[in-house]
Amino acid sequence: MDFGGINPVILIATLMASAVPILLAALGETVVERAGVLNLGVEGMMVIGALGGFIVAVQTGSPVLGFIGGALAGAVLSLIFAALTQVFLANQVATGLALTLFGLGVSSLGGQGYNGIKPPPTEQLLPDALADLPVVGPIFFGHDWVVYFSIAMTAVLWWVLKATRVGLIIRAVGESHEAAHALGYKVNRIRLMCIAFGGAMAGMGGAYVSLARVPQWVDGITAGAGWIALAIVVFASWRPWRVLIGAYLFGGITVLQLNLQVAGSVIPVEYLSMAPYLITILVLVIMSAGRKANGAPAALGQNFHASR
Amino acid sequence: MLRLEKRPTPSKFWLYATPPVAVILTMIAGGILFAAMGKNPFEVIRTIFWDPLFGEFAFYLRGQLLVKAGPLILIAIGLALGFRAGIWNIGAEGQYIMGAIVGAGVGLAVFPTESRWIFPVMVIAGAFGGWVWAMIPAILKTRFNTNEILVSLMLVYVAETILAKASTGFLKNPEGMGFPGSRNFSSYPAAQNSFIYEPLGLHWGGVAALVTAVLAYILLTRHQAGFQIRLAGQAPRAARFHGVSPARLVVLCMGISGALAGLAGMFEVTGPAGQISIDFNTGYGFTAIIVAFLGRLNPLGIVLAGFLMALTYVGGEMASTNLGLPDAAIQVFQGMLLFFLLAVDVLTNYRFRLAVGAH
Repeated sequence: MDFGGINPVILIATLMASAVPILLAALGETVVERAGVLNLGVEGMMVIGALGGFIVAVQTGSPVLGFIGGALAGAVLSLIFAALTQVFLANQVATGLALTLFGLGVSSLGGQGYNGIKPPPTEQLLPDALADLPVVGPIFFGHDWVVYFSIAMTAVLWWVLKATRVGLIIRAVGESHEAAHALGYKVNRIRLMCIAFGGAMAGMGGAYVSLARVPQWVDGITAGAGWIALAIVVFASWRPWRVLIGAYLFGGITVLQLNLQVAGSVIPVEYLSMAPYLITILVLVIMSAGRKANGAPAALGQNFHASR
Repeated sequence: MLRLEKRPTPSKFWLYATPPVAVILTMIAGGILFAAMGKNPFEVIRTIFWDPLFGEFAFYLRGQLLVKAGPLILIAIGLALGFRAGIWNIGAEGQYIMGAIVGAGVGLAVFPTESRWIFPVMVIAGAFGGWVWAMIPAILKTRFNTNEILVSLMLVYVAETILAKASTGFLKNPEGMGFPGSRNFSSYPAAQNSFIYEPLGLHWGGVAALVTAVLAYILLTRHQAGFQIRLAGQAPRAARFHGVSPARLVVLCMGISGALAGLAGMFEVTGPAGQISIDFNTGYGFTAIIVAFLGRLNPLGIVLAGFLMALTYVGGEMASTNLGLPDAAIQVFQGMLLFFLLAVDVLTNYRFRLAVGAH
């Protein structure tokens, strides 16, 4: 069942795993942006999470603790962003960029001495008997726990944002912070918590890169995944299930171009490796064309200062 | 309990005082970081900020300052115009790479012709390369309302793959014995960006940076377009009533910043870098964002900020060879500088008040 040296079942199974980092980061950013905050520091939080997760996993020998460590590292870094934008009311675009530059610097500083080490492996969750089933096995049962976790988080966030009081408050803060404030909600405190959540998700996504995808530590390991996660949030019109679709589409393109490279395609390697970025641009164009507001939260990127 | 209170008008004093305060705070925080890494903080700070200017090797290092500051200033001025109007071109690194490839490509295409017209044509080609690369996000923004931040950034990764292809493929030195990288411009005088006055590190890129700073200052303070840029950033609605076309402003600001970044790349690759190679770009396009903010988005402020940032580069290299400070520590240091600047900036528009009683 191969097409030009590419097996579609394995392709789908690998794309699900390769989409996990951007899926987690984009889900986190969705919540942040739904609360009206534009955090452009996703790349920085991911790379810090990648390093933090790697160090914890190597030191403790436990990949699970590694993922928790990655999430914590991302959350801690995001608190710098939260302090600057929510307390000191700094420009969100500039602060987000600074966070990325700072995160890349800190991670390459802290990662010295961790090159060339293998982290403890993240094992397949379900028994081989299930994973070895033809076709459905690799796609549905052959993954590690983080893949299932990322899908579960999509469902949870969809439900929280759509059907719970917490979700309603987050959306109110993001659509009209003045009104939310008038109702007695602490706008900046709610946003701060959302930012920390987004940081934890991005950090965990980064940890998946260094612990499961690559798996080792190299400088700048996330290679723009954070920016792609930001693009996917726009693509998804700020909705969790569409984030999943976007991340899988993107994961699919990445895996496909890697497979084509290995299979020795006629298209030169360089042009294949720029394909994911070009396709992201194309998708952004299609999603934004013809619509003025494209469903962005109304208060996105605006700081709130309670004057009364 | 401290409480923030909005000032009726932004404070003139803090507008100019925040950069120095941020630098001092960064030195303190950076000193703590260096101490935590087991270095003597005073020695490191002195190596970075004092030695390049007045130390033993200052005669050489002072020249390096302008070499590093030139491209930073050139890129940052272009970015600042856009940032003022609320147009976020953050893909200057890509425009810088494309300017270098197109500019150098024109020169290499006519190798080994000797003519004094070659270099000027290369300058124009470099600006054109950066301009074209910036026009992609600009036109997508005006035609399809696509987010220019994400598109310009994605194009950095695309430019990097083109650069890899250029240095291993279409611009590779045919006499390079298979090594990646183009011909070295130091062996091609007609296309080389040579020093005009070496002790100061002044080459054509430095001249372009300083001239651009003056022109941009005049544009912003004396020209209609500059007024429109400032108006669009401060009061978008008022700008629309005034007849400012947002689309034209996007094309103008992105175009200028792209062309300037392309120029910077072209001057760098034909001068200090010497050749197109896979990693000739050193992140100036991203550091220029810090420079633009540090200079208060003001062209003359950017010149000062560019020199300060160049000092951290030159001093950082010194600290890395003499004291074994990792290069990444300087990157962290530069990131901290932007954080402190953004934090202290709150004092320009707000003041802290002691909140008394219930609130």
